[in-house]
Amino acid sequence: MLGVPDSYLSFEKRILKRKGCRNSKIKTSFFKKPQRTISPNRMEAQQPKTLFDKIWDRHVVERKEGYPDLLYIDRHFIHEVTSPQAFDGLRKRGLPVFRPSQTIGTADHNVPTINQHLPIADKLSAFQVAKLEENCREFGVELFGLGHEKQGIVHVIGPELGITQPGMTIVCGDSHTSTHGAFGNIAFGIGTSQVEQVLATQCLLQYRPKTMKIEVNGTLARGVTAKDIILYVISQISAAGGTGYFVEYAGSAIRSLSMEARMTICNMSIEMGARGGMIAPDETTFAYLKGREHAPKGAAWDAAVEDWKSLASDSGAQYDAVLTFDAASIEPMITYGTNPGMGVGVSKNIPAVAAKSNESEMAKSLAYMGLEPQQSLLGKKIDYVFIGSCTNSRIEDLRQVADFIKGKKKAPDVNVWIVPGSKQVEAQAIAEGLDRIFREAGFELRQPGCSACLGMNEDKVPAGKYCVSTSNRNFEGRQGPGARTFLVSPLTAAAAAVTGEIADVRQMI
Amino acid sequence: MSFKKINTTCVPLPIENIDTDQIIPARFLKATSREGFGENLFRDWRYLPGDVPNPDFVLNQKTYTGEVLVAGKNFGCGSSREHAAWALADYGFKVVVSSFFADIFYNNALNNNLLPVQVDEDFLQKLFQTIAADPKTEVTVDLEKQTLEVPAAGLKTGFDINPYKKACLINGYDDIDYILSRREAIEQFELVN
Repeated sequence: MLGVPDSYLSFEKRILKRKGCRNSKIKTSFFKKPQRTISPNRMEAQQPKTLFDKIWDRHVVERKEGYPDLLYIDRHFIHEVTSPQAFDGLRKRGLPVFRPSQTIGTADHNVPTINQHLPIADKLSAFQVAKLEENCREFGVELFGLGHEKQGIVHVIGPELGITQPGMTIVCGDSHTSTHGAFGNIAFGIGTSQVEQVLATQCLLQYRPKTMKIEVNGTLARGVTAKDIILYVISQISAAGGTGYFVEYAGSAIRSLSMEARMTICNMSIEMGARGGMIAPDETTFAYLKGREHAPKGAAWDAAVEDWKSLASDSGAQYDAVLTFDAASIEPMITYGTNPGMGVGVSKNIPAVAAKSNESEMAKSLAYMGLEPQQSLLGKKIDYVFIGSCTNSRIEDLRQVADFIKGKKKAPDVNVWIVPGSKQVEAQAIAEGLDRIFREAGFELRQPGCSACLGMNEDKVPAGKYCVSTSNRNFEGRQGPGARTFLVSPLTAAAAAVTGEIADVRQMI
Repeated sequence: MSFKKINTTCVPLPIENIDTDQIIPARFLKATSREGFGENLFRDWRYLPGDVPNPDFVLNQKTYTGEVLVAGKNFGCGSSREHAAWALADYGFKVVVSSFFADIFYNNALNNNLLPVQVDEDFLQKLFQTIAADPKTEVTVDLEKQTLEVPAAGLKTGFDINPYKKACLINGYDDIDYILSRREAIEQFELVN
């Protein structure tokens, strides 16, 4: 019914037998036999299903009245900040990691972005990174730690290495885990207690969220990118508009995006409160994955693609909510407030009151930002530009910026940090000569990490200063105590870097 | 640790969209244990530059004390950091009342014996008004009956909690205990799939 031919399943079973089931698990978990789904209602199986329903149902180990579903987790990413207490929990209970080959670690949140070859100066950060190394070693978890040639932001390296695949369940102790959903899987952020649960059991107890379809149709104008689409959607439905839902993005504008752009969209699902976001896999997805290190190879690849093609939502599948937007009406976006729902087209004035907000909320936000209601942001002087984070630090983002700034220089009083998402992105940028373009423009190309997105390391924006940022959150103090953040696309960030003020990139290309 | 019923005064925080970066800023996430986060709860609202307590912030006002935090809509949005729940619990809160909770925070709270009580917006506003009129107003949160009551003001509401999580809180169980008991089913699932 859901795709995998019986002949292939038996072949898989032979492979499993030969290799020993445990070790081969990491390569085979997309063979989820639909017959195992425990359906409370037989009719359900015949009803049209959404992408979300199909993947969720394949992963239910047990469904019991009055209990959350016991959901099997295919891939688990960990990093240094939200995992140490989980490993300590295992030690206290005397438990091993149940399936160590299905957990992958990296150091990203707390690492410096200069001189990564030297010991980390901040003692607490150094201890946290060392603790991750110790935990991974002791519990047998593969680690792409600091200094590793594949180290990087957890949501950049998963897809880059082909670990992230369609049809999977993926979790990480980080809310931007939704990024992986761009490949057509169920990916969501969890807390540290749940990290411990996955380490101990490879399962989570989860209530099934509601589903929402967000359709974006039509063609984007020049200078308008995936980041603008998602900032626009959030500005329309607010920072809480998706709470309780799992979102599927669809429509011709979404379909036309590259994988990296789709990741930018899914990444920010959490900024509207949604548990996660996903996009049905298609030829763009398969082309991106083919040949990547952990992607299936040979006959396994063909069978996997066959299965992945069956994941798309059936026509007539029901969602709990459906929203539709027109891509042509989206302009380059910018946030003016202290949550990602407070966004506006760059040529528009700040509204009197944001959608689904109130006057006191607006007043508090604008006071923090040093802005006034109904003010235009064009021409506003800025101090810092940050190009990076799990939202926009991939090679296409860097290429787009380099292409725009080639032959230009940054404004004299502006600090520009460009932080690649991974060592592989960094290496690619250097191989393509982008580092030279950045250097000539006066941009500082740093080393990979989460950096000024959350300011856990030294990359902080000083109090009262304005930072135009390609990251995902403009919360008070997010980029440093008192820092003021404008969220934008990489193109709009590059335009601000060059002019030293908020500018409409459409006038410059 | 288990939780059934409490009777206490409240700390009001009538701000909407309080994100986990406000509850505990990222620079305080460098600890590798679960303890001590209460010290930095709402750090940047609670202290002025130079670590001087901000007299305008509610946690620095002796008028308001208690084990229930009452906060504006969409509490706990943003980062998945469980440190936010640890900080609130470590500070001494047992219950957070709001008209809307962000999903990840809601689950993190439940996993740390911090009860999130979702009430309707109208009730929340009445509760804020009652506390403002009399900061010594006591509320009773009864988990078994799933009710929140303000006897002095004649306010009462029910709240939802899933039966499984309710049982965990009342009996002091956690999810790992339960999932480990399902190990056979998990191994069977892996074999077949």
